[in-house]
Amino acid sequence: MKIKMTINNVLKEVEVSPSEFLLDVLRRLDYMSVKKGCDTGTCGVCTVLMDGKPVLSCSVLAASADGHKITTIEGLRDDPEFKAISQALLDEGADQCGFCSPGLILNVYAMKRDLKNPTEEEMKKYLVGNLCRCTGYVPQMRAIKKYFEVRS
Amino acid sequence: MKEVKRPINKVDGYGLVSGQPVYTDDLAPKNSLVVKILRSPHAFARIKNINTEKAKSLEGVECVLTYKDVPRNIFTRAGQGYPEPSPYDKYILDEYVRYVGDEVAVVAARDEFTAEKALKLLEVEYEVLEPVLDFEKSKGSKSIIHPEKDYKSESFVSSDPKNNIAATYEMSIGDIEKEIEESDVVVKERFYTQAQAHVMMEPHAAYSYIDMQGRLVIVSSTQVPFHVRRILARALGMPIKKIRVIKPRIGGGFGGKQAIHGEPYVALVTLKTGKPAKVYYTRKEVFESTYTRHPMRFDVTIGADKNGKINVIDVRGLSDTGAYGEHALTTFMVAGSKVLPMYNKVKAVRFGGDVVYTNHPPAGAYRGYGAIQANFAIESAMDMLAEKLNMDPVKLREINMIRENETSPIFKIMGEGREGVDMIVRSCKLDECVEKGAKKIDWENKFKAKKEGKKVKGVGMAIAMQGSGIAKIDMGAATLKLNEDGSFNLLIGATDIGTGSDTILSQIAAEVLNVPTESIIPYSSDTDVTPFDVGAYASSTTYVSGNAVRIAAEKMKEEIIKAGAEYFEVPIEEVEFDGKEIKTKDNKITLQKLAEILYYNENQKQLSTTGSYVGDESPSPFMAGYAEVEVDTETGKVDLLNYVAVVDCGTPINPNLAKVQVEGGLAQGIGMAMYEEVIYDKNGRLLTNNMMNYKIPSRVDIKNLDVELVDSYEPTGPFGAKSVGEIGIDTPPAAIANAVYNAVGVRIKDLPITPEKVLKALKEKQN
Ligand code: FES
Ligand code: FES
Repeated sequence: MKIKMTINNVLKEVEVSPSEFLLDVLRRLDYMSVKKGCDTGTCGVCTVLMDGKPVLSCSVLAASADGHKITTIEGLRDDPEFKAISQALLDEGADQCGFCSPGLILNVYAMKRDLKNPTEEEMKKYLVGNLCRCTGYVPQMRAIKKYFEVRS
Repeated sequence: MKEVKRPINKVDGYGLVSGQPVYTDDLAPKNSLVVKILRSPHAFARIKNINTEKAKSLEGVECVLTYKDVPRNIFTRAGQGYPEPSPYDKYILDEYVRYVGDEVAVVAARDEFTAEKALKLLEVEYEVLEPVLDFEKSKGSKSIIHPEKDYKSESFVSSDPKNNIAATYEMSIGDIEKEIEESDVVVKERFYTQAQAHVMMEPHAAYSYIDMQGRLVIVSSTQVPFHVRRILARALGMPIKKIRVIKPRIGGGFGGKQAIHGEPYVALVTLKTGKPAKVYYTRKEVFESTYTRHPMRFDVTIGADKNGKINVIDVRGLSDTGAYGEHALTTFMVAGSKVLPMYNKVKAVRFGGDVVYTNHPPAGAYRGYGAIQANFAIESAMDMLAEKLNMDPVKLREINMIRENETSPIFKIMGEGREGVDMIVRSCKLDECVEKGAKKIDWENKFKAKKEGKKVKGVGMAIAMQGSGIAKIDMGAATLKLNEDGSFNLLIGATDIGTGSDTILSQIAAEVLNVPTESIIPYSSDTDVTPFDVGAYASSTTYVSGNAVRIAAEKMKEEIIKAGAEYFEVPIEEVEFDGKEIKTKDNKITLQKLAEILYYNENQKQLSTTGSYVGDESPSPFMAGYAEVEVDTETGKVDLLNYVAVVDCGTPINPNLAKVQVEGGLAQGIGMAMYEEVIYDKNGRLLTNNMMNYKIPSRVDIKNLDVELVDSYEPTGPFGAKSVGEIGIDTPPAAIANAVYNAVGVRIKDLPITPEKVLKALKEKQN
């Protein structure tokens, strides 16, 4: 079947099979920032924004993205918020293997809009679905807190 | 120092956070055949018959392989030094399957959908055999897991497959029985540690193709590209020179990628079809069909006099290597060699036991590598001893622990798989770590505080040591190449798996050459292009590969001075190089200009140098870990409120990256201590085969980690550095167990420390 998605502000018409997940379609279209880490919607590395809201692209059928706006990290490269979040992570050395970074950054990006003056606990709850095995989370939190203080 | 000891950003950081295609699967050719592996549903079986006809005739299927179609060369998948300290007990595909998830057959198809469909069309008839699922009953059981005739191990590995033993080890110093007899206080306890899954975020991945010279190229998410090349050559029966292994960015490893996994299967498909092929493990496959940490059992006996001086430590161990003996001997030896030297004032010490086969997924390398298992047992037993002595556990450590300029006979006796090396601990700030940590957690007050109420707080501690590479065995090398603009390519066989080693090694080169780190362009690792290096394991990269980089850079400095002397036509002694300019008394030229001249105008030649290094010793990083917990006496739930880690890793080359290594290690150690549990059903089927059932700590589980690096200098390390990769993981299991005991008086001796176990122990205590 054919679907239409606006991916990073570009309208695309894509042939997908009814059982295909958004994650696989995006990777097929070369949006390689979208990673695959699990089979059960638990790790968060496949996070993308759908109409601005974070979703797990491994659990969204491509067909259901028809008519929606999808944002991946590739689409945020020139966005000042992306630059600020990623710089904060880089400054803490919280980009270890980096496999979880794009998904995490997209969620922080959305959190910035969704939460006003969040506490650390609220931030952790919001981001709880983004697992990371390298950093122990603590340096990521240091970076995110800095980003929020400076920017909010 | 300008470039080292600086928390600069990772050189590849921006590429990672901006989601560039850098990992194995991102780079695989679009037309790659998709490789899928059929896996055993039985813990132990012999394949009587496989019918591949239906699968083969499916449109889009290009290749189906069974044990009948592949070379029968016995090998080990463990990526270690050579000759290999792991038994040869594995074939690419075999007639026997030895655990649920073992490889049965391989299909390659033009897309994933077709490959999966083809798997379902394979018809296999099994003769189901009686599995061995309890490692305490494996030795001498009537089911023999490795009956194959060509089973083999090197002469220094004492395998006994007829008794299901992959390796045995024994060492002893002094008169154990006499010292126990003469001790005023003796503790004798049994401890268990569980299997733990690595759960690196990027699953195992590899792809392969044939290059224009007809050579096999493998791109793999591996920690050990050079070992992969050697192992594949053996398994496939090909000359090493016909194989090239490339390592792109890696999404975490932790030891799980210190071995070969999917590489032989894509290689075979490419060899058979001539086409590119790729494999990307599902998370279920990562759990079921790669490695875990070796579960171990320890019987620990410690004897001390009434003043708290420890006379004797006796450790009897049993380790479960699962279906294959990867790292069997070496992890077991590390359990002794990286824990016992901490108590170097004993009169007698003994360590020994067996590593046995079971029909579980194989155990392999995992951060902490045996040390964390034994650390839990010995550091728990130490606290039990302190209590019997009526002594503060911190004090007990202070009396008995190793200090700077001291040694331990263990260093010489126990290496990894072989004899070790004699060494004096030149840098050891363990005493400072213990003292600082105690202050930070407010030990004095909190240890003695009254423990009552529904929710009770308590503190606990443990100390740990690791090594820095494997002395006299593991080697690293680096090549520096001057470019015409005065920048340098740094070619390293070392493997950055997310640790930041490309950055750290660049900083070391820059420091020696006195140039900014931005002038160094690191590339790691490609067996065709970069010099040999054993890869990222055993906490070796900063120390071993770092020293290689330092040597290469020192040589480069000499080469630059030599080229300057030729250019100015003066003796070498009259030339200086300050990083920017090459100077004599009355002349100077910039490095950039000289490089340009060298490549285009006069005395033309390429400046390029190589350094290699193998450690004569393996200096230990040390650490003191302090946990503060709150135990709910009604539910048994343990909350880890705070974890203080004070670490001596020598001088950190990049303090930010060193700290994150410790933080990441702590979180994994906390996972092992409190959450992570590999569970099988009675038939050996893994129940925790996804990330919902296997719980790694999440962001809310990790509350406060307080990491401090003490000021230390290791004279044999590059700019004073030792290692930091593993040490962080070691203390949480024992420190948390000790804290739970100090809070509510129950001692958990088998990991993980779950609410059920704590509650059960609390109930038993009341009765
Ligand atoms: S891939 Fe793990 S949540 Fe989507
Ligand atoms: S940085 Fe490796 S998983 Fe988060």
